[in-house]
Amino acid sequence: MKISRRRFIGLTGTMVGGALLGKPAKSGAEYKPKTPPDPFGCLVDLTVCVGCRKCEQACNQVNHLPSPRVSFEDPRVFEQRRRPDVGAFTVINRYYGGKRDERNQLHPTFVKVQCMHCQDPGCVSACIVGAMTKKDNGATHYNASKCIGCRYCMVACPFQIPAYEYHDPLFPRVRKCTFCYERISKEGGKPGCAAICPVESITFGKRRQILELARHKIKNDPGRYVDKIYGEHEVGGTSWLYISGDSFEKLGFLDLPTRPIPYLSETIQHGLFNYLWAPLTLFGILGAVVAVINRQQNRSSSESVQEGHQPDQDTQDTAGLQEKPDSSKREEKL
Amino acid sequence: MSADAKPAPVEAKFWTPGVMVLSAFMMVGFFFVVARYIGGLGAVTNLDNSYPWGLWIGVDVATGVALAAGGFTTAALAHLFGRHNYEAITRPALLTAMLGYTIVALGLAIDVGRTWAMWHPIIYWQTNSVLFEVAVCVMIYLQVLYIEFIPIVVERFRGKVDLPGRLWVFEKPIEWLLKLVDRVLGKVMWIFIILGVVLSCMHQSSLGSLMLIAPTKLHPLWYTPILPLLFLVSAIGVGYPMVVFETTIATSSLKLENEMELLTPLTRITIFVLGIYMCLKVGDIIARGAYVYLFDGTTQSNAFLVEMIGGVIIPWIMLLIKRVRSSRPVLFVACALIIFGVIINRVNVFVVGYQPPFAQSSYFPAIGEMAVTAALIAGVMFLYRLFITIFPVLSARRQEVSS
Ligand code: SF4
Ligand code: SF4
Repeated sequence: MKISRRRFIGLTGTMVGGALLGKPAKSGAEYKPKTPPDPFGCLVDLTVCVGCRKCEQACNQVNHLPSPRVSFEDPRVFEQRRRPDVGAFTVINRYYGGKRDERNQLHPTFVKVQCMHCQDPGCVSACIVGAMTKKDNGATHYNASKCIGCRYCMVACPFQIPAYEYHDPLFPRVRKCTFCYERISKEGGKPGCAAICPVESITFGKRRQILELARHKIKNDPGRYVDKIYGEHEVGGTSWLYISGDSFEKLGFLDLPTRPIPYLSETIQHGLFNYLWAPLTLFGILGAVVAVINRQQNRSSSESVQEGHQPDQDTQDTAGLQEKPDSSKREEKL
Repeated sequence: MSADAKPAPVEAKFWTPGVMVLSAFMMVGFFFVVARYIGGLGAVTNLDNSYPWGLWIGVDVATGVALAAGGFTTAALAHLFGRHNYEAITRPALLTAMLGYTIVALGLAIDVGRTWAMWHPIIYWQTNSVLFEVAVCVMIYLQVLYIEFIPIVVERFRGKVDLPGRLWVFEKPIEWLLKLVDRVLGKVMWIFIILGVVLSCMHQSSLGSLMLIAPTKLHPLWYTPILPLLFLVSAIGVGYPMVVFETTIATSSLKLENEMELLTPLTRITIFVLGIYMCLKVGDIIARGAYVYLFDGTTQSNAFLVEMIGGVIIPWIMLLIKRVRSSRPVLFVACALIIFGVIINRVNVFVVGYQPPFAQSSYFPAIGEMAVTAALIAGVMFLYRLFITIFPVLSARRQEVSS
């Protein structure tokens, strides 16, 4: 018993070791972000937005969403901070970041919230069937016909954006900003919100160019802006970028790491399962173990007196015995 | 139990009060499942856009998979590592695993929004997704478990095929078929057993990788790169306590002989595995500096302390004591604590430790969710009871009245 226990422990060690060998060895392996080469983006200048909610209205129309409970003209919606939902892919929230106007009144800052269309999105990496994909034009696109409704994309999104149709019993969809994928796929097309904004708070263009624009704006008017472009580096960069006069923490923006969300899970996943090397190795090791142990046991059982541990033979014997009475029974029936 | 006792169907009345209670639970749960398919997930759950995963994923799926680990750990011990004296416990463990995984699949089907599309991962491959890997492994492993169970079915019917009336003409072909299946499976079974172990290691660990996609949401007490390793080791660790737990319940409720001669040595392996797990957990908390969150009094830190102290450290110390290991009721308590620890751990990782940044209120399961979870657990127990009555699963003999 002593020897065999030690052997067992040794084997467990090999097993676990084999399964995890890849982790430390490969964790340094190059992680390839799935960033599209030249995507579109939107720059939101929070110092310009007046909170008219025209973008919300345009989004509602473009995406054929249900009419809202509180009308788009009603400023009372600002009494609550809202989140994007199945009926509204974008919302404007009001914050008081501390800035005061000429009459020493607290100056509101309006913040537009929608899917950030991350460059290397958590939702896309997570989706079990690839219903979430990152398009070359920058849109993080949802395909309901593939979706199984596991809601792992919602777990994965660091901005807590995807909403779910919890009250649909059979065909619920994940709902979120589409970046107006169809519209921007056409030459000169803009997202509904960017097209309508009356004060040009939202600038649509190639991400490269609007990033340039943002830098330019901050440099030209350092008193107006804090020196940060939100979305430039957050979770590996996002297609939607923000510049602001108040510090971003005061406006409900999350302080996020610069590493893409899928970094760790994909590194481990591929470290272990590329070419299925770890499972195959484990299979091989276990196969070898079985062979060795079987040989040892056969040898020892033929050397010493049998201890009655041959279950296979046992069952065959009894089965053989049982067949006979059975065939006689059949004859009776005949 | 005598070593040469062969597994046999249990001869006891099936419709005991206990079984009827189980049926009642299942009926209540069924009512809520119907409601879910009429009113949607929102009608019976407290899930929302902040908390997309709740009790069903945390308990029915994640915990269900972990607690079914007895299947592959005992199979590895008895069939792969040649400890044939443990043969007697492999069948009940296999049965638990098979039923457990079946119910996990059922629970998942209820939780997934588009149940009818559940097969999609078979054709739409997304190999970056940890969930995809888990789903594929579980799907294949379930088939492996069914295959591993076939010999038990064959054993039940071989030589006993007795069809009524004119159907007797089929008796011979069926007999022949059973014999063939038995012969073929007997030769290749080792492949399936190894496959089962490999698949188990894969998805038990990947279940831990699942939450690595949420670095900013999962509480730092649990978010660690070694989460997959922790899940794997704790699954292996809980395998044998689970066997002790269910064997004790089965043997005492059916008045069978207890199998302490087998269970006691089994738990010595658990001391080792659970010890590794404890070291990994403690080392991880220290290495990442996450211990600063240990005593801040939040729900999360308390949940972590309960998980570690009540579910790992106390039972581990208990198992170290020889008297505990050889006392049936105390050993049962120790094993129940280990199981409790794993349940709490899975719930912590998937539910309690999950902190969405914009949540309006925190999640607590609705009555409907609890009822369905209770029904699924009752379902496993009901089927277990049914299967041991029909098939030769348990080896323990009925106690002599005198003893
Ligand atoms: S913000 Fe969320 S939903 Fe949008 S692309 Fe990023 S991860 Fe996906
Ligand atoms: S809910 Fe749909 S889109 Fe989201 S991860 Fe699951 S399958 Fe993919």
